[in-house]
Formats: sequence, C-alpha cells, structure tokens
Amino acid sequence: METILELQDVNTFYGAIQVHFDLSLSVSAGEITCLLGGNASGKSTAMKAIFGLVRPRTGRVFLAGEEATHWGTPRRVAWGLRSVPEARRLFPYMTVRENLLMGAYLRRDRRQVAEDLEKMLDLFPRVGERLDQVAGTLSGGEQQMVAMARALLGRPRILCMDEPTMGLSPLWVDRVLELIQTINRQGTTVFMVEQNARAALQIAHRGYVLRHGTVALRGTASELLDNPLVESAYLGGKVI
Amino acid sequence: MILLSVRNVHKRFGGLHALRGVNLELEEGETVAIIGPNGAGKTTLFNLISCEDSPDEGEILLDGHRIDGLPAHLAAAHGLARTFQNGRVFGNLTVLENVLLGAHTRLHGLTDPGSRLAGSVLAALREIAWSIIQPRRFRRREAELTEEARDILSLFGERLIPRLHQPAYSLSYANRRRTELARALALRPKVLLLDEPTAGMNPTETEEMTEIIQTLQRRGQSMLLIEHKLDLVMAVADRVVALDAGEVLVSGRPEIVRSDPRLVEAYVGRRGAGHSVPDSAVTLQKQA
Amino acid sequence: MWDQLLNGLVIGNLYALTAIGITQIYGVAGVVNFAHGSVYMVGAYIGWMAIAWLHWPLVPAILLVLAGSAAIGLLVERAAVRPFARAGSTILLLTTIAAGLIMDNAAQIIWGPQTQALRSPLPQWQFKLGGGTVSFLDLFILAAGVGTALLLHLFLYRSRAGWAVRATAQDREAALQMGVDVNRVSSLSFAMAGAFAGLSGLLVGLYFNNIYPTMGASATLKGTTAALLGGLGNVPGAILGAYVLGITEAFSVEWLGSSFRNLMAIVLLIGVLIFRPNGLISARRALNPEPTAGTFIPHGRPLRFPRWLLPAVTVSAMALPLFLSNPYPLQVLAIAWVFGLMAVSLNLISGTTGQISLGHAGFVTLGAYASAILTSRLGLPFSLSLLVSPFLAAAIGVLLCYPALRLRGQYLAITTMGLGEAISLIALNWEGVTQGPLGISNIQPPGFFGYPIVSPAGMYLLAFAVLLIGVWVVHRLSRSHLGRALRAMREDEVAARAFGIGLARYKSIAFGVSAFFAAAAGVLLAHSYSYIAPDTFTFALSIQVLTMIILGGRDNAVGAVAGAVILIALPESIRFLGEFRFILYGLLLIGMLRFRPYGLFNSAT
Repeated sequence: METILELQDVNTFYGAIQVHFDLSLSVSAGEITCLLGGNASGKSTAMKAIFGLVRPRTGRVFLAGEEATHWGTPRRVAWGLRSVPEARRLFPYMTVRENLLMGAYLRRDRRQVAEDLEKMLDLFPRVGERLDQVAGTLSGGEQQMVAMARALLGRPRILCMDEPTMGLSPLWVDRVLELIQTINRQGTTVFMVEQNARAALQIAHRGYVLRHGTVALRGTASELLDNPLVESAYLGGKVI
Repeated sequence: MILLSVRNVHKRFGGLHALRGVNLELEEGETVAIIGPNGAGKTTLFNLISCEDSPDEGEILLDGHRIDGLPAHLAAAHGLARTFQNGRVFGNLTVLENVLLGAHTRLHGLTDPGSRLAGSVLAALREIAWSIIQPRRFRRREAELTEEARDILSLFGERLIPRLHQPAYSLSYANRRRTELARALALRPKVLLLDEPTAGMNPTETEEMTEIIQTLQRRGQSMLLIEHKLDLVMAVADRVVALDAGEVLVSGRPEIVRSDPRLVEAYVGRRGAGHSVPDSAVTLQKQA
Repeated sequence: MWDQLLNGLVIGNLYALTAIGITQIYGVAGVVNFAHGSVYMVGAYIGWMAIAWLHWPLVPAILLVLAGSAAIGLLVERAAVRPFARAGSTILLLTTIAAGLIMDNAAQIIWGPQTQALRSPLPQWQFKLGGGTVSFLDLFILAAGVGTALLLHLFLYRSRAGWAVRATAQDREAALQMGVDVNRVSSLSFAMAGAFAGLSGLLVGLYFNNIYPTMGASATLKGTTAALLGGLGNVPGAILGAYVLGITEAFSVEWLGSSFRNLMAIVLLIGVLIFRPNGLISARRALNPEPTAGTFIPHGRPLRFPRWLLPAVTVSAMALPLFLSNPYPLQVLAIAWVFGLMAVSLNLISGTTGQISLGHAGFVTLGAYASAILTSRLGLPFSLSLLVSPFLAAAIGVLLCYPALRLRGQYLAITTMGLGEAISLIALNWEGVTQGPLGISNIQPPGFFGYPIVSPAGMYLLAFAVLLIGVWVVHRLSRSHLGRALRAMREDEVAARAFGIGLARYKSIAFGVSAFFAAAAGVLLAHSYSYIAPDTFTFALSIQVLTMIILGGRDNAVGAVAGAVILIALPESIRFLGEFRFILYGLLLIGMLRFRPYGLFNSAT
C-alpha cells in the first residue's frame, strides 16, 4: 500500500525539553492509522510536527513521497492535510455554518462546496439543526461533529484527528468512532492520535504506541488489540 | 496524625465540572501519589491545595487550619511548597538565588505581610529600610540560609554545587527540575507538592529523582505527588489516589494500579467500545 | 442637551474610526498599536496636502488619504511588528511606540511643528434640528462613520478575506490549520486599520479646522479607550465604546469645562482597565491571557568592569568642574545625571521587576509639583523639600498605582500611561493648588542653609550627589533579598507567589522606591528650571527614560546612567542630531530590541 505520510527520525524539543526521540512512523493511503500513548508520551506534539506548527530540530516529514519538512502550515494544508485539533478548536464566535465553510477556505469551487455541505449535513444531522448557532455554545460532542465536518469540507487527502474522543461521554465516543469508520470507508485516509487505545484499535487498521517520545510498539490493529504489552506501555510496565 | 485533608472539593470552569467532590488525606510522613489520565483533574486539585485557585465547594485543611481560598503567598507561609509541571525556575536568577528565594518566608519578621493596612505599610517600609541598611543580624541570617542552601543542593551530589552561581536558564532541563525541588525544600515545607517531578527526564535521571524522593521520605517529609511514570509511583508511594473525570476512581495501595480493572479502563479505554451501545444511541446512529 | 448629544455622536464616529483599527489589530496581532495615532496624523497631513496644496476636491483627497495611510499602516506592520512577532506582546507595545515616535517627529521635520489650518471644502450650510445646529460636515462625518462600519461589517461577514480575519482573531492556530496565511491577514488588517485611521485624521482636521504633528497622541489614547470599553478585539464593541466615550466627553465638557475632555477619557480608560478589563459588554471576568513568564525582554548579565574603573569614573566625574571652564558641558551633564536618576529608578520597575511603565513622567511631575508647592506656599527650605517631596510623591504614586498592580503586560503598561497623563491633567485642572495651565513660576533655586546653588558647577555637583545616593540605594536594594524577590516576580509571578511573595506588596515596594527617586529628579528639575507647568514632563519623557534603560541594559544601574548620558549628551554634542533626537530614540528602541535586546552594558550570558 502506498505511504502517504511519513515521519523520519524526528527529534522535537520544547525549549530544553526533548519531546520526541528519533520518532518514525508512516501512514498508508486509505487506512485508519492510530497513534496511541499515555499522558505526556508526545502524541499531540507529533500531530503539531505533521502540521508544521512545531518544527523538529532534526528529522524529516514526507507527504506522498515529497519532502515537506520545511513547508509552512498553509502549504501543508493546501497539499491536503486537514485537522480536527485537540479540544476541537472551533472558532467560538462564528456560527456553525461559518465554521464549516472555514474548512473549505482554500477551495474555489463554490458550487461543489455547497454540495459537500449538504452531504455533511446528511452525515451529521445534528449539525444541520444548529447551523446558525454560535459554535462556542455547542456541547462537546456537537463541537466534535462540527470539527469533523469542517475538516471534511476541505476534501482532505489525510484527515488528522487529535484525541477525537477526549472529554466525550461514552455515547458520543461510540458515535464518533462509527463516523470515523464511515468516513474512512468513503475513501479518506485517517490518522488519529488517541489515548483511548482500545476504542481506537476497534476501528483502526494499524497502530503505533508511543512511550516517552518514541515508538514502543507497532503493528496491525488486531495484533495490538490482543497484545498485553500495550497495557504495560501505558501503565509503566516493561515493554521489551 | 492527619496533616492535610481535602474534603468534598468541587471546582467548575464555565461548563466543565473539573472536580466533583474529591476527598483526600495525607498523614504526617506519608507519600501519596495522585494519578489519572489527562484531564482527570490532577493539576486542578494541586492548584487548589496550593491556593493558586480556590474551590467552589468543600474545604482544605493543613494542620487543622482552613487554607482554601487563601491567597497563594499565604499558603507558602503556612508551610506548603510546590514544584510545577514543567519546572518553573526563575531563569535569570542563579541556582543559589533560586534556592534562597525558597526560604523567603523564613526571613523572620521581615517579610511578614502585616495584617491591617497601616501594619502592612509599616512592614513594607521596614523591609525597604532593612534591605538598604543591611544590619549585621540580617547579613548573618542570609549567610546561614546560604549555608543551608548548599546543604540542600548537596542532596543532588555534584550536579548543582559547581553551578551555584550560574543563571538557571543555562542549566540542563533535569538540573532545572532539581533546582526547583531544592527551592521547595528551602521553605522547609510541612507538605511538599510535587507536580510530575520526572516529566521530560530520561530513565537515568528518573532513577536518580526516585532515589532523592526516597531520601526525603526517610527524612520524614510528607509529600503529595502527581506522576505519570507509574514505575516511579510504585517505587515511592505509600498510597495511590486515582482520579478520573474529576472524581476519585480508586485509592489504596500502589499495587492497585496494575490490578484494578477500573483504573486500567480509565487509562487504556473500554474493551468492546462501539459494541456495547445503549439503545438510545442505536436510534441516534440510525439517523446518522 | 441636543447639541451635546449630537456633538458626542459626531466625535464618537471619529473615535470609532480609530478604535476599530486598534481593536482589529489587537485581534490579529495581539498588540495595542501605539503607532496608530501617528498613522492617523499622517493621514490628516496627506489630506491637507491634497486639499490645501493640490486643491483637490474632497472625494479624491479622501481616496488618496485611504491609500496613503493604508501604506503607512502596512509599513508599521513590516518594520515594527512582523520582525518581533515571536518576542511577545509587551515588546510589540514598545516597538509600535517607537514607530509612532519616529513618525510624529518626522512629520515635525517635514511639515513643520506649527499648526496648519485645514479649511473644509464642503459647503458651509447648517440647519436647526431639535435645539441644536447640524452642519453639512456633521452629516458627512456621521455618514463616513456609519458607512465605514457597514462596509467593514460586510467585509468581515461576507468576504472570504474577512472570514480569514475573524478566524485568525478568534484562534490563530486553528486558522492556520484551515490554510489561512495569517501573515497576510496581519498585513491586510494593518492596511485597513491604517486607512480608517487616516480617514479619521482627515475628518478630525476638517472638524476642528486644523492639524498638527502631535495630534496622533490623543487619537491613540481615545481609540484605545474606546476599544477597551468595547473589549479588545471586538469590532462592534469598539464602535459602541467610541460612542460611549464621545457622548461622555461631550457632556463632561458641557458640565465641567472643556479642559475636562481628556481627563474624562483618562478616567474611563483607567476605570475600564481596573474594573472591566474585558470591556463593558463582555461577560468574561478573567483577563485575556497574557504570558506570565518572561513578559519583558531577555535579560543579560551586567558586564564586568575592572574593580578600579567605576570608582575612578565617579571621582573624575566629581572632579570635572575643577577642570572645565566652559559651563555648557556641565549643564548638559547635570541634566544627564538627573535623567540618569530617572532611569535608575525606572529600572527598578521595568528592569528588576519586569513591569513596563509608561507613566514615569507622572512621578517626576508629582515630585516637581510637591516641591514647588511646599517651598513657595509653605516656605519649606529646598533641603527639606528634597527629602519630603519624594516621600509625598511616592505615597501618592503608590496609592494611584495600587489598584492597577494586579494587571500584567500591556494592560499594566497602558494603565501606567493613563496614570501619568492623569497626573498632569489633574495638575492642569486643579487650579486652586497648581495654578492650572499657568504653571508655577519663580520656584526658588536649590540651596542649602540659606546658600543658593546657582552656578553650573554647583548644579552639576548637586545632581551628581543625588544620583549617587539613588544608585547606592537601588544597588543595595537590588543586592538584598528584596531584589531577589522583585526579580523572581519578573521571571515568573505564579512561582514567586507560591513561595510567599505577595505580588501587590512587592510591586508596591518597587513602584514606591522608584517613584521616590523619580520625584527627587522632578524636585531637582523644578528648582533648576524655576518654572513648571502641567506639560513640562510628558509621555515623551517616559518613553525617553524607557529608551535609556533599554539602551544601557535592564536591571543594570551603571547601564541606566550610561544610557542617560548617551541619549542626553549625544544630540547635544552633535548639533544636527538635535532636531532628529526623538527619531534617533525611536530607531534606537527598535534597533536595540531587534539586535541587542539585553542592552549595551549587559552581555548575553
């Protein structure tokens, strides 16, 4: 399968603190890949490195084989990365409709965007009911829906999701996971960072487990799901 | 004897109910570890105990005195010292100055806040005058504290002593965390609050910090710590309190970390998520 | 009643045109743009040139103003904001102040310092409405204000670029992830804000029939006040704030007198900052996030000199009058010593404690007036007044600043500026005590035990002696536990508080000691000038002193004095620089912050 996103030996720092130690991972086109790990394992920073929001001190980033290490964020977005950021990050004073259309900010095909918007409302009926509401007033689960729809309206080549289930009630967790699966089945590559390993592995094809800024385990979702070492990786036991 | 007790504490931020009736007790000489996944409310709880923030409900007692709602600088005077998640040293101060600052509340009489307006104005004027005149008694006190600071720093072997007069920003990250701990110890705290003392440290440094925490334990220091590295928790904690979504999920001996299924679930997630959907959700999904 | 309301509305529209720019720039760049008033002034001059020189009709003149001031706005962004984007908002505040300083003084050189008449080319008719008169210009201003607001609204809500501006203001990082080029958004916002400011400048010129190079200062003040009233970053809020401000001013002029116009604005500014820092209409109580750690500039460490050097320099400075027959250098150096005292005292606030103060002139004014009044009215001898006045000034200064001390970063800086202005406005309006705009003259010369000091050498030695005392005290303080506590607050307020450092108390101490010596400098100047007025020590002085410590090195007494000597002596010794003095200050400020932010007398490590 074609590799569409790759991090090679990335070392990232926040000031003096090293977050990633030779982090390498790759995402195959058409799959759901999840990056798992406990608190402070460097998951979210990996997402920032992919978007160019933090610059690794060493290491390289590739998008569909092209080196993107030095691209700025807008260029990576123009290439086709779209994100559902941690804690959603909706534009709080914009309406839901405006938030959705911001997802299509770089698109010029207005008619097509309008059609896609209709499709999104089919996929996320709750969002349709709240189109003219200001986004800051939505509940967490609703915000998650809007954030996903907003990212999809950019017609992403890779949809990147940072902790899509965080802070959601179990009911919403299940709904969000189902939707991610649906989106993927419709042909979108998904890369998700998640703390909730068991939930993420239910729907993913492949997974990486991060620990202290480096990959501790990797494998297909089914391998990882049954691997007791995943639990140790989270809970501080020995991993190989 | 119970040194610190947190009773039914609630904290809300806007719509988020960050702490929902948390209870916690710390005996004298005990080390309690607070664990839990991201967003569980650990740091919020720490901020309440160190009076950085005040609870919406409930009370916090240190040595029998209510401290909740006090301004943070008075909590220090009551004998609470803390470290911060990512090591907040004073970057442009030297290592020695950082540690001496930890002893700020112990410059007897001089740094008293003063209770009433007139009192506090007079106290401030006196503090200014003394700093300018620097009488001998005052210089002697500084010299004593400097000696003490060296003692505290020697806890870290040769890591910080040779760097006594270097500014803290020039230190390695691990050394900053050590300086921060030394600063907290200089307050001679009744309760020491450690917020992820080994975050961002490599295994060797973590090991070293574990030993230092154990040394402090042997000296009878009471500690409350937040920690993600569960090996460290197992090694030092007398008791573990696991928070999840603002509530105490389980508490007890450190072994529960690996054995209690609720805790495993809180960290790693539910087995069979997406398959045990309640009825109401099924109907919602059909709409989708 | 009608007249005031109408007047307030017209003025409110003019303020709104500046306030929306300030609020929009704050939204995308996170800084209160202190160069905004200068862009407004340049806009007014462009319009004046088009109307008075080229005899253009109003509409093309306005178009030229819009284009020209948009370009100036863009220039401010490129030169003073973009290069410092990562340096933090308080640095940006200083660089925009510097940009404004450069523009204001360049305007004086280009167009002359005098007021220029600006005759409105509009028809002069007016009509009665209710109980008041309405002129064509009033209607034109109302239309321009409302029209701009509507166009801006359409732009922000109906255009793609407008959406990008709003998204960037609400969440910069999320906007980036939508593919928004936030740098272009920032340029666009500065250009638009510049255009509105320029239009406002021209209309104000037409309204009052005159323009002058320093007219921008009050526009920045009023625009900032209006933007703060509405909540920084909130465009409709800024417009509302402008109306509130305009109408409040109009009524206070009617009831209290025209000199109260600016005092009212200052009272509103300080009030809103202290009581509702997020604006009148915002529900949020908390402050906008301002970084706690490192709000100021990276600090180096003082350069080390050979042990003998400083005593040697001190002794030679004391002996200088013995060797100089020409009084002129002594007079210049005496002024430099007084400024050195101000710089050393400001260093305690801005260097050691890390809080930017833009109101240092206020403390100087307090000291000067206290001593002038004590000696002329109560017959206190100078020697006693030199001790008593600074105490008095420090007490009043701390009392005034105390409510503002919990503010941080830009908010505190703006409040201190407001307090500085408030002090001179009180001096202006409290005629019974201060003789108002007339000022106090015939202040006795300095002297001790009946012997007046009138010779340049005597003044020189007096100033140097007071400076030495100031340096000694600040040095002792700074080496004690107190200095440690102040620096700890500068480095990290949260951590400092966690170790028992009550922020209000220690900031008060820093402000109090600082005010004491700034006031002592004021006493010296008042008695050597023998005359003071409310506008003797202005905002420009505060900036001048701040430049001295940024030049010399923060938290470094030697550097502060050296900075003062350089900035005072250099323009005096190189004649042609005199005229360019403030441009030099502005360039130095930007250049130092860009290339040597820790100052000349500090080293990086």
